[in-house]
Amino acid sequence: MSMNTSDIGGQRWVVAAFLAAVGAMALPAWAQLAIKAKTVHTMGPAGKISDGVIVIRDGKIVAVGPAASTAIPDGFKVLSAEVATPGLVDARSTVGVSGIYNQRHDSDQLERSSPIQPELRAMDAYNPLEPLVAFVRSLGVTTVNTGNAPGELVSGQTIIVKTTGNTVEEALVKNPGAVVATLDPSAEKDGAKSPGTRGKMVSMLREQFIKAQEYETKWQRYRDKAGQPTTEGKDAPAAPERNLRLEMLVAVLKGETPMMITADRAHDIDAALRLAAEFKFKLILDSGAEAFMRTEQIKAAGVPVVALAPMSRSFGDRENATFELAAILIKAGIPMAIQSGYEAYVPKTRVVLLEAAIAAANGLTFEQALASITIEPAKILGIEARVGSLEAGKDGDVAMYDGDPFEYTSRCVGVVINGKVVSEKPR
Amino acid sequence: MRMNVMCVVGVVGLAVSVAAGQEKPVAFVNARILTMAGDGIGEIEKGTVVVWNGRVVAAGDATVKLPDDAEVVDCTGKWIMPGLVDTHSHIGGMGGLGGADGSSPIQPEVRIYDSLTVEDSGFKRALAGGLTTLNIMPGSGHLLSGQTAYLKLRNGRTIEDRFIKAEDGWVMGGMKMANGTNSLREAPFPGTRGKSASLIREQYVKAQEYQAKKAKPSTDPDKAMARDLAMEGLGEVLTGRRIVQHHTHRADDIMTVLRFAKEFKARTVLHHVSEAWKVADEIAAADTGWGPKGIKGTPVSAIVIDTPGGKLEAAELTWETGKILEKAGVTVAFHTDDWITDSRLFFRSAALSVRAGMSRAGALRALTISGAKMLDLEGRVGSLEQGKDADLIILSGDPLSVYTKVEQTWVEGTKVFDRSDAKDRLYAVGGLGAGQLQRPYMCCEDNARFTFGGRQWEAAR
Repeated sequence: MSMNTSDIGGQRWVVAAFLAAVGAMALPAWAQLAIKAKTVHTMGPAGKISDGVIVIRDGKIVAVGPAASTAIPDGFKVLSAEVATPGLVDARSTVGVSGIYNQRHDSDQLERSSPIQPELRAMDAYNPLEPLVAFVRSLGVTTVNTGNAPGELVSGQTIIVKTTGNTVEEALVKNPGAVVATLDPSAEKDGAKSPGTRGKMVSMLREQFIKAQEYETKWQRYRDKAGQPTTEGKDAPAAPERNLRLEMLVAVLKGETPMMITADRAHDIDAALRLAAEFKFKLILDSGAEAFMRTEQIKAAGVPVVALAPMSRSFGDRENATFELAAILIKAGIPMAIQSGYEAYVPKTRVVLLEAAIAAANGLTFEQALASITIEPAKILGIEARVGSLEAGKDGDVAMYDGDPFEYTSRCVGVVINGKVVSEKPR
Repeated sequence: MRMNVMCVVGVVGLAVSVAAGQEKPVAFVNARILTMAGDGIGEIEKGTVVVWNGRVVAAGDATVKLPDDAEVVDCTGKWIMPGLVDTHSHIGGMGGLGGADGSSPIQPEVRIYDSLTVEDSGFKRALAGGLTTLNIMPGSGHLLSGQTAYLKLRNGRTIEDRFIKAEDGWVMGGMKMANGTNSLREAPFPGTRGKSASLIREQYVKAQEYQAKKAKPSTDPDKAMARDLAMEGLGEVLTGRRIVQHHTHRADDIMTVLRFAKEFKARTVLHHVSEAWKVADEIAAADTGWGPKGIKGTPVSAIVIDTPGGKLEAAELTWETGKILEKAGVTVAFHTDDWITDSRLFFRSAALSVRAGMSRAGALRALTISGAKMLDLEGRVGSLEQGKDADLIILSGDPLSVYTKVEQTWVEGTKVFDRSDAKDRLYAVGGLGAGQLQRPYMCCEDNARFTFGGRQWEAAR
C-alpha cells in the first residue's frame, strides 16, 4: 500500500488495514475452527453429508461440505466426532430465569402482582451463569428462547440467547423473543380477583388489545403532527404519555413481536386462534397438548406450534397428551418445534435433545425430530438467518455426538458456539 | 381369569401333557433372552422360555424341549426380559394417594393399600412400560408415612387381587420413611433435622419396649396389653420382616438413616439418594442386615432425573450415581417414583446410567433382580429361572435403545398388556382418554398449592 500523507482518506485506509491485521493476530487460534464428522446433519439444502467438514472463521460458518472437496485452512484447530449437528435450539424454556435451587432467590419466572404485564423483560432477569444453562449446553443446546413462564394471563417476555457468555448482552440473539400469554386455568385467580374464568381471561386480553390499538392511534396522530412544520404562534404538539405495557402490545399488534399463547385444551386453542383472527398478531401456539384435535383449524390459520415436551406429565389440561403429537402435527403440515418448557419441581429444566428423542421414537423420522430442535424453531422464532442449520454465513454453533444423538446411550462430546468450544466433557 | 398359583414342587417334566381344566403351557421361542440369572445378564442369543401355571418352567437355549400342547409364541427378532421391578412408585391412589395425614409426622399404622384401586390408569401405564412388580409408597412429607404395598400387576377386580403374600399369608410391604427437607413442616411436624431424628429414635425405642412387653404377657386378663397398630407396624420392622424403604437425598441425611438402621437393627433400603455418590464407600460398609443376601453394606434404589436441582438437596444429583455406587460394590436398583418420572420410560433410568458409565449388566439388573432383593422378592421375581413367577416382557429390540417398544407384558403366565391392542396402546402412547382415572402425586412443594402441569393443585401428601 502506498502512503500519501496529503490524502486523508488514504491515511484512514492504511490505519484501518493496520488495525485489521493486528486484530486478526489477536484472535486466539481456536476461534478458527474446523469440525470433521462421519455424519454431518446440516439441516440445510446440503442435507446429510458423510465424512463432512464444517469450517468456522471468526465465529461464522464459511464452508460446509464433504471432506474431499472442502479445504481446511492452515492453522485451524480441527475437532472430530462421529456426528455433528447444528447447535440445538430450544423454542421455549425458562432456564436462566428459573434456577436450579428452585428457591425464591433464583426463581424469577413468574410475577404475580398483576395478570397482564407484557412489559416485563426477560433481559432484566436472565442469569447466564445459572448452572442449568451450562447443563443444557453440555448436551448440545446452544440457543434458547427463555424467560417468563406460563401461569399469568400475560406474564411478560422471553429473550433469545446463546447458552454462553458472562452477561446477557454477550449472549443476546434477539430481544424480545416473544410476549408470552396463558389461556389455561393456571392463570385463574380465586375470589374477587380477575381473571377467575376462561371467559374473563379472553375478555381482559381483548380489552387490552383494544386499548393498545387506541394508544397507537394517539401516538400516530402525534407523530404525524410532529412531522409537520409548526405554524406561527402555535406550540409544537406534546407527546402523549408513554405506557410500556401498551407499547409492548402495540409491537405484538404490528407483528414486530410474536405472542406465544400457552394452551393445552382444544377449546383454549380455539380461543387463542380466535384472538389472533380478531387482532391479526403473529400467534405461536405454545404447548398444545390437544392440538391433535385441532389440526385443520391450526393449519388453516397458518399458526406454528411449539409442542410441549413429550415427557411432560400428562394430567390436568394435559391428560390427553400423546407421545405422537409431533408426528401428527407434521403429518398435518403444521410448522412445529419441540420445547423443554417449564417445570415447577423436578426436573428443574427439561432438555430438548432428550425430549425430541421421545418424539423420534414415536412417529417422527430422525430428520424430522432433529429439525424440530434446530431449523424449525429457528424459523418459528425468526432467527434462521443466524442459527438452526449448518450453512455458510450462519453462526458457528455446532453440537457433536459419539453416535445417534437421540439414542439414550450416545453422548454429546463437544459443543461450539460462535466458533468457540464451550463444552468438551462428554455427557 | 384369576390365576391360581400353585406351589411347584421339584422339577416339572416338560413332556407331561396338561390335565383337563389346567392351563396350557406357553412357549416363547426364537427370542434373545436376558434372564438375569447368576451374577450378570444371563444372555441367551436365541432361546426359549416355557411358562406353565404361572411359573417359569424353563428358560434356555434352542435345545429346550417344548411341551406337546404348548401354545407357541414366535419371538423372532424380539428380546425377552423379566418383568421389571419398580421399588418406588406413587400410582394407584386415584383421587389422591392416601397414606399418613397431617395429624402427625409418624404414622406406622397407616396402610397405603387401603387407598389404592385397580381402576387407576397409572397401573396401565406401568404395564405399558414393562413393569410387573411395584412397591407403592405413601409420600415423603412425613418422617414415617405408613406401610407400603408390594403389588403384582395381575388382572384383578380389587387391590387384594394384586397383593403379594408371604407363605403365612402376610401381605408383603415395607415401611416408608423420609428425612431431609420434605418432612420438615409446621408443627406437629419437626422443624429441623435434629428434631426429625429424635422423634424417630423415640418411636423406635417405644417400639422396642412394646416388643419386650409383648414377649412377656401378663397372666392376668385384666392386665392384657391393648393392641397398638402403630407399635405393631414398627414391631415388624424390628423383627426384620418389614423393610424400611427410606427416602433421603443429602449425604449427611443418608448417614443419619444408616446410623438408625444400625442402632435399631432395622433392614433399610436407601431411596433416591441424590448425594449417595459422595458417600458410596460408607454405604458399602454400612452393615444394616443385608449380609445373608450377599449384599455388600446397604442397598440403594436410585432415582435418575434428566437434570439436577428442583430443590436444594437434589442440586448435586448426577447420572453417574449408578456408576459410582457400582464401583464401590453397592447393590443398585432404580425406580420411577411415578409421577416424578413416567413408568412407561423406566428403561431410561438404566440407559442414562450406562451413558454415564455404569455397566450394562448392573443397569439391567437394577431394573429387575436387584430391586427384587430390596423387596425380599428375589425368590419369586426379577429373573427368568425355573420355579419363579412367569413375569416377562417382550421387547422390539435392545432394552437400552430409545426406539425399543414394550410389545407385550405377561404376569404369572397371563398376557396383561399387548401394544397391538388399541386399548392398551392408548396407555402406552397417550391420547384422548389416556389420562382419565388417575391423579398425580407429587411431594413436595413448599406451599400447599402449587402450579404444575398447567394448573394449580393442592399438594397431596
